[in-house]
Amino acid sequence: MSVALERVSKRFGEFVALDEVTFGVDEGELVALVGPSGSGKSTLLRVVAGLERQDAGAVRIHGEDAAPLGPGDRRIGFVFQHYALFRHMTVFENVAFGLRVRPRRERPSGSEITSAVKDLLQLVELDALSARYPSELSGGQQQRVALARALAVQPRVLLLDEPFGALDARVRKQLRQWLRQLHDEVRVTTILVTHDSEEACEVADRVAVMHEGRIAQIGTAADLLRETANPFLGAFLADSPRPSASAKRIDYH
Amino acid sequence: MSTTIAPPAARHGIPPGLRAARRTATAATGESAIARWILIGIALAYLFLFLGLPLFVVFEEALKKGVGAYFTALRDAELLHALRLTLLVAGIAVPLNVVFGISAAWAITKGKVRGHALLVALADLPLAVSPVIAGLTFMLLFGMQGWFGPWLRAHDIQIAFTVTAVVLATIFVTLPFVARELIPLMEEQGVTEEEAAVTLGASGWQMFRRVTLPNIRWGLLYGVVLCNARAMGEFGAVSVVSGRIRGQTTTLPLHIEILYNEYDFTAAFAASSLLAMLAVVTLAAKHLLERSHHAARARLIQEQQEKQP
Ligand SMILES: Nc1ncnc2c1ncn2[C@@H]1O[C@H](COP(=O)(O)OP(=O)(O)OP(=O)(O)O)[C@@H](O)[C@H]1O
Ligand SMILES: [Mg+2]
Repeated sequence: MSVALERVSKRFGEFVALDEVTFGVDEGELVALVGPSGSGKSTLLRVVAGLERQDAGAVRIHGEDAAPLGPGDRRIGFVFQHYALFRHMTVFENVAFGLRVRPRRERPSGSEITSAVKDLLQLVELDALSARYPSELSGGQQQRVALARALAVQPRVLLLDEPFGALDARVRKQLRQWLRQLHDEVRVTTILVTHDSEEACEVADRVAVMHEGRIAQIGTAADLLRETANPFLGAFLADSPRPSASAKRIDYH
Repeated sequence: MSTTIAPPAARHGIPPGLRAARRTATAATGESAIARWILIGIALAYLFLFLGLPLFVVFEEALKKGVGAYFTALRDAELLHALRLTLLVAGIAVPLNVVFGISAAWAITKGKVRGHALLVALADLPLAVSPVIAGLTFMLLFGMQGWFGPWLRAHDIQIAFTVTAVVLATIFVTLPFVARELIPLMEEQGVTEEEAAVTLGASGWQMFRRVTLPNIRWGLLYGVVLCNARAMGEFGAVSVVSGRIRGQTTTLPLHIEILYNEYDFTAAFAASSLLAMLAVVTLAAKHLLERSHHAARARLIQEQQEKQP
């Protein structure tokens, strides 16, 4: 088990954002997390990353209890919904950041960093834009930079919070296929949060559906579509892609 | 700032070249040429009347009795002492308020500290009260008859009417400038870049040094310039707490007033011209820093465009 959550709970004041979530992801697996807005998907990722502390329960990464580890020690790659690229750094420097901040003993040399970053930029097909600043990139390009930056630290686990949420339908579709290919190449354990159940079913090995701070159901896309045990779940999966989202997207064309 | 119509994110996110392009675009599509010239005329007249003319008069008065008299006045020991004191006071107050301003802005916007509103209000206090009252309050606390008077006397410490008092009063008066400049900026930027830095393994200091600080540097620079201008120019509070001991606790502004009251106009305006030049140097330093940055940035973009087919 690459990532395991055991009865993890998280409250914000009175509000229960995660309610005894138990959930595991296998080594090299890509699991999609779907669910309506406010169901706790981002909170779950942030707890795994260590950006938020759970109130109860345990997070294990490769069997090791993550409680004593800060977010920087968990070897996690996090891709934020709105990219969160460093706006004052070039694409190259963004990707190099994780290597440059290593303690001196573990830090690669300048030329090693350069070649590692070049490889990554090639992987995400952005080597031509390495001197640009984030504000000079399209949304899809920014997202790929964010991905390369997260991969640079050779994470044991990759956490993607609605990575394609802010992109239009066509780019979204391309990027999701590209992500799947990338995952087949790199094979890093990945949790992908998305609003779009079609996206989840297409990309992921397994899909977990969250509802009100709990994992309502988990299984392969085929499993989930077959057994719509939970009436809410049936509605959610049938509703794909969600009308509000597609209505918004039409404006872009 | 210049482009008030643009959304806040545009102010700091868009490279200066693009920003300039946008500005000319709105100017070309906006009001008629006549209206534009009238507006520009009013602005220029205003600037001339309230900035240009006074500055001119200062130098004019200072040089009235000739260049020789001007430089003699500048060589006066008390004047030089006042200049050194002013630089010393600014040299202490500005760095301290930079540290305070960054910490306060951080605590208010990024740290999850309780009582934000109270902290913001407190940081604004020095702007709200008259500096003279600030000085008087200060005397009530640290004067020999004040609250801490007996304790200070028992430990043989004198604060009122010393350089220490001048420094403390200046720190108080200039306290809000850096913080006020940074709070809205850091609020708008949020914490996601910092979170990204932390997940990538950055330590707290690395995160601040490599992510937060570069993002706030222009706002910080502006805050420093304002803070410095006020520190060097402060009159009211310093006037009260310093006791105006000539050649000891008189800063440049105080010294100028003393000279003026003694009808020594050449010396008064010569000293004023020094103060004005300090201000000009500060602004020029700010301008040069910004320009060298923008030039480096433009070079980078150009190199990159040349590389592309
Ligand atoms: N820092 C916080 N303080 C208070 N409440 C929070 C905080 N973070 C999240 N919440 C609440 O927890 C709930 C779950 O939030 P979360 O961001 O995990 O939802 P989500 O499933 O990611 O939703 P979305 O799809 O809209 O991103 C929401 O009701 C949210 O208001
Ligand atoms: Mg979310």
